[in-house]
Amino acid sequence: MKTNPAASSPVETKPLRLELKGITKRFPGVLANDHIDLTVEPGEVHVLLGENGAGKTTLMNILYGLYHPDEGEILVNGTPVKFQSPSDAIRTGIGMVHQHFMLIPVFTVAENVMLGSELTRSFGLLDRRRARREVQRLGAQFGLAVDPDARVASLSVGAQQRVEIIKALYRHAGVLILDEPTAVLTPQETDELLRVMESLKRAGRSLVFITHKLKEAKQVADRITVLRGGRVVGSTVPAKATESQLAAMMVGHAIRLGVDRPPAKPTNVVLDVANLSVRDARGQVAVNEVTFQVRAGEIVTIAGVQGNGQTELVRALMGLDPIATGRIAVAGRDLTSASPRQTLDAGVGHVPEDRQRDGLIADFSVGENLVLDIYYVPPFANGPVLEPAEIRRSAEERIREFDIRTPSPIVAAGTLSGGNQQRVVVAREFSRPVVLMIASQPTRGLDVGSIEYIHERIVKLRDKGDAVLIVSSDLDEVLALGDRIAVMYQGRMAGPFEATDLTRERIGLMMAGAGTEAEGAVPTDEGRP
Amino acid sequence: MSSEPDHAPGRDRASAARAVIQKIIAPESSAWSSLLVVVLAFVTALVVSAVFIIASDPAVFQAPDFTIALYNAWQDVAGAYGSLLSGALGDPSTIGSDLTTGTASGLAHAFYPLSETLVAAAPLVFTGLAVALGFRAGLFNIGAEGQVIAGGLAAGWVGFSVHGWPGFIELPLAILAGFAAGALWGFVPGLLKARTGAHEVITTIMLNYVAIYLTYYFLGTRIFQRPGRSDPISKAVDSGAMLPNLAGLNLRVHAGVILAVLVAIAVYFLLWRTVVGFEFRAVGANPDASRTAGIGVGRVVVLAMSMAGGLAGLAGANVILGVQYSVTPGFSSGVGFDGITVALLGRGNPAGVIAAALLFGGLRAGAVQMQASTSTPVDLVQVIEALVIMFVAAPALIRALFRLRTERVIARAAISPGWGG
Repeated sequence: MKTNPAASSPVETKPLRLELKGITKRFPGVLANDHIDLTVEPGEVHVLLGENGAGKTTLMNILYGLYHPDEGEILVNGTPVKFQSPSDAIRTGIGMVHQHFMLIPVFTVAENVMLGSELTRSFGLLDRRRARREVQRLGAQFGLAVDPDARVASLSVGAQQRVEIIKALYRHAGVLILDEPTAVLTPQETDELLRVMESLKRAGRSLVFITHKLKEAKQVADRITVLRGGRVVGSTVPAKATESQLAAMMVGHAIRLGVDRPPAKPTNVVLDVANLSVRDARGQVAVNEVTFQVRAGEIVTIAGVQGNGQTELVRALMGLDPIATGRIAVAGRDLTSASPRQTLDAGVGHVPEDRQRDGLIADFSVGENLVLDIYYVPPFANGPVLEPAEIRRSAEERIREFDIRTPSPIVAAGTLSGGNQQRVVVAREFSRPVVLMIASQPTRGLDVGSIEYIHERIVKLRDKGDAVLIVSSDLDEVLALGDRIAVMYQGRMAGPFEATDLTRERIGLMMAGAGTEAEGAVPTDEGRP
Repeated sequence: MSSEPDHAPGRDRASAARAVIQKIIAPESSAWSSLLVVVLAFVTALVVSAVFIIASDPAVFQAPDFTIALYNAWQDVAGAYGSLLSGALGDPSTIGSDLTTGTASGLAHAFYPLSETLVAAAPLVFTGLAVALGFRAGLFNIGAEGQVIAGGLAAGWVGFSVHGWPGFIELPLAILAGFAAGALWGFVPGLLKARTGAHEVITTIMLNYVAIYLTYYFLGTRIFQRPGRSDPISKAVDSGAMLPNLAGLNLRVHAGVILAVLVAIAVYFLLWRTVVGFEFRAVGANPDASRTAGIGVGRVVVLAMSMAGGLAGLAGANVILGVQYSVTPGFSSGVGFDGITVALLGRGNPAGVIAAALLFGGLRAGAVQMQASTSTPVDLVQVIEALVIMFVAAPALIRALFRLRTERVIARAAISPGWGG
C-alpha cells in the first residue's frame, strides 16, 4: 500500500536510490573514510554497523552535506550531486536524526517541526494549524505518537527523537539517516522505534540505520554493511550472518559474547546501605527505603529501566545529592553525610552514568582527565604545586594499559570517540586503589570491543577482592556481570538475588513492575514516617 | 534546603553563559590563527574608525571639490593615527635626534610616550588578569571596577596613615591592603553565588556602585579628607608607601609596571601549575564533572572571586601608590571596565592580557597626544577599542572578510548539539 504522505504539500516524497562511490575523507592524522562504496535501495533498511571510530558518522555527515568528501561522489537516482550544506541534502530528500537532537527546548513540537520551512498564510502569518495537523497526520501514519502542542523540553528522550523523525518526514525525506538512535533509548522505546522503522519502510522510505548493536541490526536490516577503520569490510543480508560473525567482522577477531568468569568468592561486607530514601530535585521520592549490601569479591548488578531511581541512588551513594533518610557505610565507615571527596577518599571508585557531563572535562587534556580526582595527591602534586611531568608520565602508562586511542596525552578529551572517552574514565577510576567500585551504565553507547574490554576489567577488579556495584539498563550486561542481581522499579529495589536463581524473563517482569510484590514485604507508597 | 548552586533553577542559563566564556578562552582555532584574527580585527577597526575621523571633520564636506575633500580626509586620518602612534611609542621623526643628544631632556622626550604607555598599561594588566582569572573559573567578573576602587581606597588609607616607617614595610603593607580590600569586594559576590546561586554579574555590578559612592562618603570623613580642603580629596600618600619611580628624568614610569608583569607570571603559574589552579579551570570548564570528581565547587567559586577581586584591588593600589598619590573620586577612570575588554582580547590568558593591556595602554597614551595635536577627539580611542573587541568577538566576520580558511569553524558550529549535549 502506498499512501502519499506529502499529498497536502507541493513537494512530493519520491523514492530515492542512493549511491556513494569511493568516498574518502581525511582529518588531520586520521583517514576517517577510505574509498567507501555504499548503495541504499529505495525502501530498504540499510544498517551501517561498526565500532566507535569506524567512520560511520563521518560518512553520514558527508552524505548530509556537513562535510565535503576529499574524493568520491554521491549519486541520487543515478545523477551525481554535490551537497554544499545540509539544506542541499534536505532539498534532495535526505533527512538525518543526529545523536544529539537539534531541537529548541522552549518551542512546541509543532513549532520545532515547522522551523526552517514554515508554512505561512497571507500577510506572512505562520500557519500553525496546518503544521499541527501535519504532525498529527505523520504521527498517526507511522506510529510516532507525540502531542504537537507539548513543549519539547517537557518530553522524554524517546519522544524528542520521534519529533526529530517527524521533522525529517515533514521535509519529505525519502532517505532517513538515523545515527545511533537506540543509544539513548530504553528497551521499550527501542522496540517502538524499530516498529516505526518498519512502517517507514513499508511506505517506501529508505533508512540508513547506524548502530553497533547486533541484535537490532539483525532484527530490522535488509542489508548490513560493516565498517572498520574507515573501510567497508563486508556487506551481507541478515539471514546469512550470525551475530558472532558480525561481531567478528566489526572488531576484526572472533569475540565471545558474554564473559567467562570463575564463580565469585565473596567475603566481608563492603557497601552497607540501610533504608535509604532520596528525594529528587522536585521533592518527589526517587529512592524508596532501599536496603542492600555488596561484599568484597562479588559483583552486584542493578537492573531496571532508566528513570526508576538508579541515577538518584548512585548520586546519593557518592555524596553528590543529599539523602532523605537511611544510612550508608563503606568498609565499616559511615558515609551517610559524606561529601563527594570524602566518599572518593574512602576508597570508592565511580564511573558516572553520563560521562560527558559528569565523567570528563571535554576541554581538558586526556592527561588531566586521567587525574581528575587524584590531581592533589603525590606524585601528581607536590604540596600546592602540580607535577605536570608526573601527570604526563602516568597518562602515557594509562593510555598504553587501557589501549586509549589518542594521538597524545595532551589532546582535549572531548575530541576522542565515545568509546575512548569511556576508557579514559575507566582508566582513571580503575587505577585508583579502591575497595568499592560503582559504575553506572559502564558500557552504554560503546562498541563491542570496548564492552568486552571493560567487562573483563570489571571481573578482574572483583577477582582482586574489590566490591563492585554495576547499574545498567542493558539486560545482557546485567546478566553477563552480576553475581547477584537486583532490580529497581519506581524507586524500590527487589533483591539482590543470586544470579543463578533468576531467569531473563523473571528480571524482565520485575523491570516492568510485576513480581516485586511476589517478594513480599513491600511497604506502602508512603516513605518512612 | 540545598545550599548547592548546582540545583538552582536557571541552570540552563548559567551553562549558556559558561559556554560563551569557554568560547572566549578556548577558541576552536590554533593560537596563530587566533592571533592573526586579532591583528586583522585591529586593522579593520582602524579602517572603520577612519570613517568616523573623516566624518567628524566638517572641512572634508565643505571642500570645494572632490580631490581637496579626499586630500583633507587623508590629512585627517594620517594626522590622527600618526599622532596616536607617536603618542604611544614615540615620534619617529625626532626620536633619533633626541637619543643622540644624550641629554636628560632629550632622553626624557624620546621615552616619554613609551613611559606613558607603560603607566597606562599596568593597571589594565591587573584588571585584565582579574577578569581573566574569573573566566577560567567560569565566572563573569564584571565587578573589577568596584574592586579597583575598594583596593585604591584601602591602599590610599594605609599609604597616608603610615609615617616614618621603613619603605620596605610601608609599601608592601599598602599594596597588601589594596589586594585585601579588592579580595573582600570579590569575596562577597563569590559567597552569594556559592550559597544562594545569585549570579555574579548582577551582584558585582551592584557592588561597583557601592564602591563608587562609598568613595564619596569616605573622602568626606575626617580620616580621609585632606585638612584644609573642602573638595573630596584624601590626604597624600607617605613617600615611603609610593611605588618607586623607575627612570627619573621626570618620566612617570614606576615599579607598578614590574609588579604587573610579576603578577601576570604568578597568575599563569597559579592556573597551570598548582592544585588550586587545576580546580579553578576544572570548575570553569565543567562544574558537574568537577563536583563528581570531589572538587568543592562552592569553595572554588568563593576563592576564585576573592582572588580576582584581589588582583583588581592591586590595580587600585597601583594607581594610587604609583601615579596619583591620593584618592579622588573617579581615580579608577574605568580601568576595571577596560579590564573586561583586555581579558576578552587576551583570551583569558596572562600573556595575552599583557599584550592586550599594552595595546590599550598605548591607545590611551596616544589619545592624549592625538587630542592635543589634531582636531580628532580623544573619544575616538574608545571607538577603536570597542570596534577591536567587536571584530574579535566575531571571528567569522574577520575570516570571511580576509578569506581565511573557515571550513572547520562552520562544520563545528553546524554539528554542535542544539541542547542537552
